[in-house]
Amino acid sequence: MANMMYREAVLRTIFEEMERDENVVMLGEDIVGGMGTAGGPEAIGGIWSTSTGLFGKFGANRVIDTPISESAIIGAANGLALSGKRPIAELMFADFIGVSLDQIWNQMGKFRYMFGGKSKCPAVVRMAYGAGFNAAPQHSQSVHSLLTSMPGLKVVIPSTPADVVGLLRTAIRDDDPVMFLEHKALYATKGEVPDGDYTIPFGHARLTRAGQDVTIVTCGLMVGFCERVADKLAKEGIGCDVIDLRTTSPLDEEAILDSVEVTGRLIVVDESTPRCSIATDIVALVAEKAYSSLKAPSVMVMPPHTPVPFARELESAYLPSTDKIEAAVRKILAWR
Amino acid sequence: MQLSRDVLLRAYRQMKVIREFEERLHTEIMTGEIAGFTHLYCGQEAVAVGVCEHLDSVDKIISTHRGHGHCIAKGCDVPTMMKEIWGSSEGTCKGKGGSMHIADLDHGMLGANGIVGGGAPIAVGAAMAAKIDGKGKVSIAFSGDGACNQGTTFEAMNMAVVTKAPCIFVFENNHYSEHTGFDYAVGTNLDIASRAEAFGMKVWRGNGVDFFSVHETMREVLEYVRAGNGPAAVEFDTERFFGHFEGDPQRYRGEGELDRIRDERDCLKIFREKVTQAKLLEGADLDAVDADVMSLIEASVEGARAAPRPTAEDVLTDVYISY
Ligand SMILES: Cc1ncc(C[n+]2csc(CCOP(=O)(O)OP(=O)(O)O)c2C)c(N)n1
Ligand SMILES: [Mg+2]
Repeated sequence: MANMMYREAVLRTIFEEMERDENVVMLGEDIVGGMGTAGGPEAIGGIWSTSTGLFGKFGANRVIDTPISESAIIGAANGLALSGKRPIAELMFADFIGVSLDQIWNQMGKFRYMFGGKSKCPAVVRMAYGAGFNAAPQHSQSVHSLLTSMPGLKVVIPSTPADVVGLLRTAIRDDDPVMFLEHKALYATKGEVPDGDYTIPFGHARLTRAGQDVTIVTCGLMVGFCERVADKLAKEGIGCDVIDLRTTSPLDEEAILDSVEVTGRLIVVDESTPRCSIATDIVALVAEKAYSSLKAPSVMVMPPHTPVPFARELESAYLPSTDKIEAAVRKILAWR
Repeated sequence: MQLSRDVLLRAYRQMKVIREFEERLHTEIMTGEIAGFTHLYCGQEAVAVGVCEHLDSVDKIISTHRGHGHCIAKGCDVPTMMKEIWGSSEGTCKGKGGSMHIADLDHGMLGANGIVGGGAPIAVGAAMAAKIDGKGKVSIAFSGDGACNQGTTFEAMNMAVVTKAPCIFVFENNHYSEHTGFDYAVGTNLDIASRAEAFGMKVWRGNGVDFFSVHETMREVLEYVRAGNGPAAVEFDTERFFGHFEGDPQRYRGEGELDRIRDERDCLKIFREKVTQAKLLEGADLDAVDADVMSLIEASVEGARAAPRPTAEDVLTDVYISY
């Protein structure tokens, strides 16, 4: 076991995978930081400190600092992946999938199907997502619901340093394209990370708290919020299952259904916008496959159907909070 | 062309307002009162003012993440902008957008923009509208040297040429995109203007730390574009005095670089030297403007601090006009 920050877990895993497999390459804007300046390469070293030192170790062929060109970054990742490499592309902010969406949605996600199963595209697209920094509508979004709706893409959202390591390793070694979402507010959080060649398979949720009364399904930054609420309510004798999805595509349906069959109550907590979302998806899943277990209508704790606002008061009103989650648990328990 | 005393005083004042607005934000941000990402325009004032001095409120501009200077130069209300940066419900965008999204459509300011390369295509559309209206209006796309590498900027330039839209692409080359140098990220051996030229546009180049160079260059550019000759592009060589964003350690800078550019490439100093040496204005005239600007900034900050805050209900408004 080693104790490290979430961002260190990202960097260490990339480093180790690049050492292990020479086909692993990384590309993105300012990932070297300082190219073409007096300070020189690595003067800064990536705005999230998730690529520090890679350039010095692996060189310019494998650590590719790109101009501001998201469409070409993801396109190049596609070309690299179709040519036998295993690219890790970084989008500085998840919001920039907007600029590169064709390469993600129409190209990357569809090659294998369109080509009749002949191709593989082992690309990872890492992106910093999420609100909480007053970064306003174009730098704060949670895009996993959108990406989950796209066939052909796998979508991964680690909530702890250990999960970063286990899931990123799986992502880099996976032969399908993987969207890897790192929450900005998690980068500086710390946790224990298992030693050795630790991997976590996709489609396996993690039960982080166990209880008999309510099932709370969540992912990413919201996992910690839900755990805090579960711990508080446990003292009152209210038991919550907290399920960290880890991957929204594939989705661990079994973990959700098994839990709801026991608790009879479903709450989904998520940071993406509510319409056509991972939350509506899970509520529908439970309505379809565990209807008879339900003791109360399911509850979604999510932002409203609006962009992420700038001002502090607005952003905190917008986001799910421990108070809102706690209220949802009390509401679902009080039903009838 | 000899500029009148009024024009000179107004231009100086506008540049000074931008300078002091940004200098003040730089110190205020350290106190933690201002939320979010703020990109300061200090050093580039001559470009925004030299361009916008030629425009009417019916002409459109679109800006970048580094937008405060463009907003002020295009006539946005300074105290209201300050309120926006403070996140007040009385700010330019009711606290919903903040520094990176200040917009004022009544003044033809189509918004700062958080997406690098997001602006240029929008400017082309605004230029198409101007062409349809047929009154000699133009639109201006401000872009950085980094934004010139974005596919959207390339597409916008070509489309403007093809449609003969009265769009002017103003490239502010401050030599950096975030922490990456121009020499690395812009692959041509030539400059950005040559790149624009290759799309089939007439191009100009100017000194982006000299108001007179920017102003005179833009006079020619606007004459050409307003006459119905289609789009044009201009590259201004300029300087960014602060980091990319507030909090940037700037380890990519050369030794003494910041002192040198503040010393030798400060558009306000250059302006003052030129107008006083040519006896167009007295030092005292400029000092009076300085004092006036300082009190405007002070009042703006005080106003922003005391301004009403948005409430939770405000989150839900302004998504649609009707729904
Ligand atoms: C689509 C997109 N990619 C990346 C970014 C992150 N980013 C913000 S500003 C910037 C650099 C822009 O450089 P330049 O165009 O030269 O403008 P300057 O900052 O020098 O004014 C980058 C990479 C962004 N906001 N949008
Ligand atoms: Mg620049």
